Amino acid sequence: MTAGQTLPKAAAALGILVFAILPTAGLPAFYDSFFYLVFFWVSLSTSWALLSGFAGYFSLGHAAFFGVGMYTTATLTTKANVTFLVTVPVAAAMAALLGVGIGAVVFRMKRLRGELFALLTLAVTFVIATIILNTPIDGGAGVFMSAVPMPNLMPTQTGTIYVLGFAMCVLTLGIAWWVAHSRLGLGLFAIHDDEDVAEAKGVPTFRYKLIAFALSAGIAGAVGGIHAMYVGFLTVAGTFELTVPLYVVLMSVLGGSRNWFGPAVGATVITALLYAFISGGEAMVGRAVVGLILILAILWLPDGVVPAIQAWMKRRRRSETKPHAAVVPAVPDRPHKIGSRNILEARGVTKRFGGLQALAGVDLDVREGEILGLVGPNGSGKTTLINVISGFYPLSGGTIMVDGAEIGRLPAHEIAHRGIARTYQIPRPFVNMTVLDNVSMAATFGGPPRTAAEIREEALHWIGFTGLAGKEEALPAELNLHERKFLELARALAAKPKLLLLDEVLSGLNPAEVDNAIRLVRAIRAQGATIVFVEHLMRAVVELSDRVAVLNEGKLFALGAPREVMRDPRVVSIYLGKAYAA
Amino acid sequence: MPSATLLGQALISGVLAGGMYGLLALGLSLSWGLLRLVNLSHFALAFLAAYLTYELGTTYHVAPWWSVLIIVPSMFAIGLAQHWVFVRFKVNELGSLLITFSFAVILEVGIQLYWTADYRRFETHYATWSIKAGPFYIPVLELILCLVAGVLAWGTWLWLRKTYVGKALRASAEDADIAAAYGVDHRKLAYLLSGIGAAYAGVAGTFIALIATLAPAQIWAWLGVVFAVVIIGRLGNPLGALAAGMLIGASESIAMAVFSPAWAPVVSFSVLIAILLWDPEWS
Repeated sequence: MTAGQTLPKAAAALGILVFAILPTAGLPAFYDSFFYLVFFWVSLSTSWALLSGFAGYFSLGHAAFFGVGMYTTATLTTKANVTFLVTVPVAAAMAALLGVGIGAVVFRMKRLRGELFALLTLAVTFVIATIILNTPIDGGAGVFMSAVPMPNLMPTQTGTIYVLGFAMCVLTLGIAWWVAHSRLGLGLFAIHDDEDVAEAKGVPTFRYKLIAFALSAGIAGAVGGIHAMYVGFLTVAGTFELTVPLYVVLMSVLGGSRNWFGPAVGATVITALLYAFISGGEAMVGRAVVGLILILAILWLPDGVVPAIQAWMKRRRRSETKPHAAVVPAVPDRPHKIGSRNILEARGVTKRFGGLQALAGVDLDVREGEILGLVGPNGSGKTTLINVISGFYPLSGGTIMVDGAEIGRLPAHEIAHRGIARTYQIPRPFVNMTVLDNVSMAATFGGPPRTAAEIREEALHWIGFTGLAGKEEALPAELNLHERKFLELARALAAKPKLLLLDEVLSGLNPAEVDNAIRLVRAIRAQGATIVFVEHLMRAVVELSDRVAVLNEGKLFALGAPREVMRDPRVVSIYLGKAYAA
Repeated sequence: MPSATLLGQALISGVLAGGMYGLLALGLSLSWGLLRLVNLSHFALAFLAAYLTYELGTTYHVAPWWSVLIIVPSMFAIGLAQHWVFVRFKVNELGSLLITFSFAVILEVGIQLYWTADYRRFETHYATWSIKAGPFYIPVLELILCLVAGVLAWGTWLWLRKTYVGKALRASAEDADIAAAYGVDHRKLAYLLSGIGAAYAGVAGTFIALIATLAPAQIWAWLGVVFAVVIIGRLGNPLGALAAGMLIGASESIAMAVFSPAWAPVVSFSVLIAILLWDPEWS
């Protein structure tokens, strides 16, 4: 471990120690109260970012989870005489349960992303608030907590609240750090950028979103449980106030909601500002100043303060990534040995979209080690077949077997785990990740379990292999179309697939780039992968394919060696019309 | 169970109160649906207009039907200015939500500093006028509000459906780049629409001043319900917004009469949640 790593850790440990024993120092209660509020907002905004910042599911309903936590503690302590400290985990559990309940319904619907998710969570908040208001939980009169005994963790009452808030804050930041640096976090970041692609690359998106929602809501619930003791008197109007979720959002966005530490920075700055104005007797002006700062921050630093600082520091540092040289091995153009075993067997595969029959019973075998060209006129079902095999669309009928196991009804991420990778005709990289992260991510979720160092090596290898060496730290927006297509390839290869599905990798490339891509596809096959590729460019189809399958109107129309199939008058007629078939 | 007369009266009051939801939802629905900008400051602009109506009416004795002639163009100008910021900084949907929220907070603070947090009431002799129709009372101001809302919604709908401008706007909402390639000058139209949206907030504000009691914090009171109305009425559909407003107003009012006033919010939000999950064709 170098000094550069030890120093921040030592500073963090020292900081935690100092803050933990602060109440024993005999400072005025004012400090306890101020710091408690900072911890409170840091915990709350960081927990919001776990789902809404990391995974991009923007919620306006954070008050619901926070409020459920508050009222759980209030009800248990005042009505059932449960010890206060016991109620905090219960509050977390109740809020997490609510989050998972909402997620289990909402996350199944692709429509409910973006602003509709925000609105739905807002609506849930209002419904829960009204139910609490009209039932004995609150009853409209509010709940007094003054008779609830406070545990004696510190010499003073405010000191105890302070320590609880601090512990919660450290725990929350610890969880956020862990998530951001774990497989879960990588999956959530991918979901943020493109959920469908994340699923296709092997991220169990539904489960990850539920975990993130449970963590986010659970922390908010625990924070609420502690906060009930701090406020001492709960009202529905005060608890479920609209400004709570909005402040949480603003703090996170100001600091940088995709960064584990961003919300903490935003929350500290805003809380300190508001507190300064309140103690100066200018609470209203303080709110306006905070509003103004936020407008300016969002206009000039849309990604937040912390990412902006990181980007600035990165520009000053030299790139540490040592690129692998391009190592596309020359593969002699000789007949390749093809196994007799079928890696993929499709039987009677059908796909309907409403009344449209996109695939009308396709039977197709793909042999181990071969390159199968998939051609056909526009609308014949080629891309639909790729989408069905990779699990993007559910099957309407038929079966698809990979290595003898049925995959037709599995979710896309499980199909990816079985060794099937795909590329997209129009490249769909994760826009907020560097080239290296895009490829590493695919290696992490698609390939066999490996250490972080191995995954990095693997990713660098495929980046070099596809000729993207030197662009490791670039964002996808900085690449041209040709490079983005090759990034698609690198990402698919990093998953070490048994079966690679390529959707028009050559379209839009110039002749030299096409030659390059053809060499690349041969090299990929030489390493043992089986390839199915959709292509319109006949030169490439004939040069590359061992066999060609022709689709027409959702059915397998012809199948055989490329030159014979392409000379078949029936095939010519579906491409060019009957007049040319003679 | 309350009597039929009471229920009927609740239905009438509910539909008329829903006219206000619809009027507020109108401008919000246009900018969200057609410009992909979520304007939370719409409510603050409406209250600013309401306070201006109050100020002009009580201090300078200007009747609301005259003050509206000053207020609506001013709001239109504010709408243009806001849109200039969105365009200049290429603000997306989420950014617009956060920026307009901050702007609304600033307006709220400004209102509170000038008019204080006290409740203000614009007293007029016609505020309590009502028409008696059989056993029911119909308040005149609310009726006029609904007629105005109806005319504006209908007019906007015709404008969007029947004219080139409307078609161009809807094309731009679908895909701004493609629309631009066909010669649609999206930018000018977007400014026009932003201005109109804000002007509708001005109209709503004038009625708020006449019907409701004013307090700065009231800015946030209708936010949830009106958002529900916007979604239920379908984004960018003026007639849908008005119909949804009246539907929600009526169901809230009936719920108040049958259960208790405190249960009213559950109605609109349950309808919203149900519609989001069910996703009928018309939503």
